[in-house]
Amino acid sequence: MVGKLKGQFGSGISEASTYLGQNYFVVDRSLIPEFLQVLRDQEQFDYCVDITAVHYPKREKPFDVIWILYSFPRNERIRVKTLIADGETLPSSVPIWPTTNWLEREVYDMFGIRFEGHPDLKRILLPEGWKGHPLRKEYGIIQQDKEWVQINLGIESGQ
Amino acid sequence: MKPDSYISHLELGEKDETFLDSNELIINMGPQHPATHGVLRVILKLDGEKVLGTECVIGYLHRGVEKIAENRTYTMFNPYVDRMDYVAAVSNGLGYCEAVEKLLNVEAPPRAKYIRVILTELNRITSHQLWLGTHALDIGAITPLFYTFRDREEILKIFEKYCGARLTTHAFRIGGCQYETYEGFEQDVKKFLDFFKPKIDEYEELLTTNRIWVERTKGVGLISGKECIALGVTGPVLRASGVRWDIRKAQPYAAYSDFQFEIPIGQNGDTYDRYLVRMAEMRQSVRIIEQAVGGIPEGPIMAKVPKVLKPPVGEIYHSIEAPKGELGYFIVSDGSTQPYRLRVRPPSFVNLQALDMMVRGQLVADVIAVIGTLDIVLGEVDR
Amino acid sequence: MLDYITSYLRSNTTPGQAGNIFWAFVYIVLIFLGLSIAVIAMNWLERKILAHMQVRLGPMRVGPHGLLQPIADALKLLLKEDIMPAEADKAVFWAAPLMVVITAFTVFIVVPFGPTHAVTDMNIGILFMLGVSSLGVLGIVMAGWASNSHYPLIGALRSSAQMVSYEIAMGLAVVAAVLMTSLSGIGVYGIGGSGDGTGTLSMIGIVQAQQAQHVWFIFKFFPLGLIAFFIFAVAMVAETNRAPFDLPEAESELTAGFHTEYSGFRWSLFFLAEYSAMIAVSSIAVTLWLGGWMRPFPTWLSGETWDLIFSLFPAATFLLLALIAFLGTIRMPKHPYFRIQTLGLGGFAVLLGLIGLVLLIPDVRNRVQDIYWFSIKVAGFMYLYIWYRGTFPRYRFDQLMKMGWKVLLPMGIGVLILTALVGVL
Repeated sequence: MVGKLKGQFGSGISEASTYLGQNYFVVDRSLIPEFLQVLRDQEQFDYCVDITAVHYPKREKPFDVIWILYSFPRNERIRVKTLIADGETLPSSVPIWPTTNWLEREVYDMFGIRFEGHPDLKRILLPEGWKGHPLRKEYGIIQQDKEWVQINLGIESGQ
Repeated sequence: MKPDSYISHLELGEKDETFLDSNELIINMGPQHPATHGVLRVILKLDGEKVLGTECVIGYLHRGVEKIAENRTYTMFNPYVDRMDYVAAVSNGLGYCEAVEKLLNVEAPPRAKYIRVILTELNRITSHQLWLGTHALDIGAITPLFYTFRDREEILKIFEKYCGARLTTHAFRIGGCQYETYEGFEQDVKKFLDFFKPKIDEYEELLTTNRIWVERTKGVGLISGKECIALGVTGPVLRASGVRWDIRKAQPYAAYSDFQFEIPIGQNGDTYDRYLVRMAEMRQSVRIIEQAVGGIPEGPIMAKVPKVLKPPVGEIYHSIEAPKGELGYFIVSDGSTQPYRLRVRPPSFVNLQALDMMVRGQLVADVIAVIGTLDIVLGEVDR
Repeated sequence: MLDYITSYLRSNTTPGQAGNIFWAFVYIVLIFLGLSIAVIAMNWLERKILAHMQVRLGPMRVGPHGLLQPIADALKLLLKEDIMPAEADKAVFWAAPLMVVITAFTVFIVVPFGPTHAVTDMNIGILFMLGVSSLGVLGIVMAGWASNSHYPLIGALRSSAQMVSYEIAMGLAVVAAVLMTSLSGIGVYGIGGSGDGTGTLSMIGIVQAQQAQHVWFIFKFFPLGLIAFFIFAVAMVAETNRAPFDLPEAESELTAGFHTEYSGFRWSLFFLAEYSAMIAVSSIAVTLWLGGWMRPFPTWLSGETWDLIFSLFPAATFLLLALIAFLGTIRMPKHPYFRIQTLGLGGFAVLLGLIGLVLLIPDVRNRVQDIYWFSIKVAGFMYLYIWYRGTFPRYRFDQLMKMGWKVLLPMGIGVLILTALVGVL
């Protein structure tokens, strides 16, 4: 599979390896919708388990976005990872897997990564109008949007 | 924050202009509502009693579990996972411990694995019992709730005797179990199984052939296997749609490969089938526990793990079959004592997405039935 | 004046017919008190019976076995803050519970607890009952509309649709029973003697017809009477919005349906109305099909001895209850903490015993036993209501309508036609 995909996408796949028995790809951001589409259509990864992101503030491209995929016919899991810069957007994968609707919203909510073409991209766990994206590393653990708390909950201290 | 901002996509539907000019009704169901199982808020767009569209507003119970994980050591974070799906805390603990063990590249000893299987399956029974009671209550049958809670109590007593806690058990440790089984654990479990087997028949007697129950659940909240997979719906909901997939069989973890059991499936993917599948799952859980409790191997209960856990740099995804579906943990380690990033893949959160698809065009009463049948726990949806 | 009062006692009719306003007033007060006590008792019994069906104890704290729980509840409701939503239509919001309560109580004017024990006997009694009790839905719609909120509105809509659909089936079943008062039938259906061809709509007249024909209408024209009774029994549960037809107040869907916005005293009026409506429709069922105030087997077990034995039943019931209460008193824990409770239960036992003894007096027992048999039959229906609630899930709206229009209505028409045919032939 790896060989076939590498033949198809060439140098876009910068890494394809295994860690502790789990396979993953690291691909270039430009490949994203096509690569996932191929994985679903040709390699039968019909179930998108999860989308998540990791923040590495010191890196040049600080965000890892990770798709965890599963194939029912092959009984196999795979992870696809791509690196993006702050402010950079990603094409939404809702047309490929409808389940990613809420998952992408959560990534947006927690990391501020925007997905283009998402039908209804807005915050999901945090309230509308909240400032900041809590799972970024610079967001402190006891930090809150004091202004929001004061306005909406009427708590003076903002905590 | 304007409340109108939430109903944006519901306005997309074209207005039905007849000479009567029927007005659509927008109803706010929750966050405080008897049948939304916690603090789920569903905005319903109704035409009379018919549901034209729904939108879920979640996050009222958001505690930032994933952020907390980044600021705790691996061991310190262990009790937090119990607070996500609080009706199946043991399953959460099992998933987390196994994921960290995988990251550390250690394996729990066989005795610990057997104890884990027994407790996890008991926990699956309690979770299904709670689901059955509340689901029946939502549909209007108030009696099953008390029957299931009476029997659930017996399992909670076993938990309490084993680890001192009834609900948020924190039963397992990374590398095995902290506690050896107490004196008479096997007898207690066996006694419970003998007590419980006729009780499942009792529940079924109350509901399975009850005409109103059948009418209320058959053909309600239809979802096909293909739609389930596309929407990422897992667990009993997926199996009731005819997909024979259970992580316990597909990618066995703990000691599940040692036991004989079947994966019950349904055909129609309606609420009634999901009910039957969960009832059958309780029986299968009994079967697994029966095999496990008879053959708990001797040996240590903890693998050799260092006092201070420092997993090597790397990423791992590990998932288990929780009572509600696929519960996954994605952990990124940077070699320190704290996870660099810990992501929980909650089954309830993903399953809840199917609500809109399942209730469109049905009646208000069906929304309640479908919320019940999806078996969501808001602690896990919001984390 | 005194003569005016005592003259009624010698007459053999209801106060309404005798034109005696004083006694009519006394009867009204008695019925009002009796009904309130019945609702309070029903409240306690429902919680207790439901609890025991569901492997739990129910109220146990206020008084021995929670006997004083309804009183505590009533106090709580009366003392609660009276909340009226700011956006509500004040006048209608205020009038709705009154409307419901008044209609629920008014129907009891014609309920015959005995041959003379009714406030009045109208020649259109059954029509009056059906008419007034269906006015109750107006109060529910008013409540739902005036609350100016979505859930009550949907609850009120459901309620009105449900009541209108089930009223028709109910009416057809009632007409079948009214036909039976005048029809005798032939052959195997000739059982139960002869009808004289003159039917009646009077509640007392219907029972007297059963008396004259020596048959309860539930057994007349077997199985037609039974089917008509069944239709009525289903429709009356739907009429009173009780499980499994409690959609207007389905707590898991509409939080509390039409009375979501009501609290405190206003809410308790709805509660009172619901339970007295239950008693009212059960009274209709008992009057039409179960022989009203008649004791069991009046022809089969006739004669002075049997009359005496059956007339001792009320006293025996109260003495048995007194015995149970007395045994309970003895078994109370001997701790000083329970002293007041023990005294209370003992007093209750003595009270019940005294009532039982009073009921042994021949004059009293002959006058009271009609009321006793009537109440026992109604109590049976009340138990059924509780039983349904413990057993059945709730119907969905479309299924409810389907059942009303596609099952009960054709059945009702069929039974009506067959009754007429069998009776005329």
